[in-house]
Amino acid sequence: MEPIIIEGTPKTPTVKFDATEGVFEIKGRSIPENSVEFYKPLVDWLDTYKESPLTKTVVNVRLEYFNTSSSKCILDVFKKLEAIHKAKNEVEVNWFYEEDDEDMLEAGEDYESIIRVPFKMVEILE
Amino acid sequence: MSFNIENYFSDNSTGNTILYYKGNVDSDVINHILDTVENKMVEVSEQSKLRKKVYNVLVESLQNLYHHVDKVPSDFEDQTSERFGLIAVKKVNNGYRIITGNFVHSDNIDKLEEKIKRINRSSHEEIKELYKFILNHQRISAKGGGGLGLVDIARKTGNKLEYSIKEYDSHFSFFYLNILVNEE
Repeated sequence: MEPIIIEGTPKTPTVKFDATEGVFEIKGRSIPENSVEFYKPLVDWLDTYKESPLTKTVVNVRLEYFNTSSSKCILDVFKKLEAIHKAKNEVEVNWFYEEDDEDMLEAGEDYESIIRVPFKMVEILE
Repeated sequence: MSFNIENYFSDNSTGNTILYYKGNVDSDVINHILDTVENKMVEVSEQSKLRKKVYNVLVESLQNLYHHVDKVPSDFEDQTSERFGLIAVKKVNNGYRIITGNFVHSDNIDKLEEKIKRINRSSHEEIKELYKFILNHQRISAKGGGGLGLVDIARKTGNKLEYSIKEYDSHFSFFYLNILVNEE
């Protein structure tokens, strides 16, 4: 399947979902007014990917800012990963946060408590 | 006109205003305000923890206006703005104040005030749980909001939501939200 490669903008993140690599990435700022418009193609892509995923999928989430409207869409992304994990495939989320950004760490912990996928909290030292 | 919506700012004039905007709140205006405030905080070398909090709260405040404002009363001076709002950002002791103002139709006032009161009587732990509950159970509304903005603001600032509701006429009130983002 075709990979999704999206360049970041001041309001939307860089995205790299490539089914041949098994390491996916969401990085940057996610603060659009209409987050559904941005995330729907990603959720749809994962829906297709979950039919024949790699044995191991790693997702790196490295966000500087995200708004509450994105937070629901990011949850939808994680719910697709949860389905892949539930079907006996290895899935791992690396949630990056800067060392002084407790809010971003807490946000990762929120997802970790809702989604049944192994999360790793990764501190970025400045 | 029943009263001047800008009087609130002269009545609450403490602090140094770094941004003031009145008019239509569209996507470009939001981008411009975010850039301006972010640059000003960088200029004064604001510590990154506070800078991030202010930025996050500003995003939610502006997008609350974008998603939720009601149309303006028919006798209001500005009839061209589709989403009319006021926004001020002030530097105060230990932090910043973000003040927004917008019209709310009388039918929607009670619901809004009840929501704020519920948040304000909750502990930090309860607000965290409320956030997670809404995140996990509520869909994005037709207006595009997630219903999380105010909860997120209260959670990130750790402060009560200060607000004021002034009756404009029998159909409309003007709602001010006055958010303090400070160092802990």
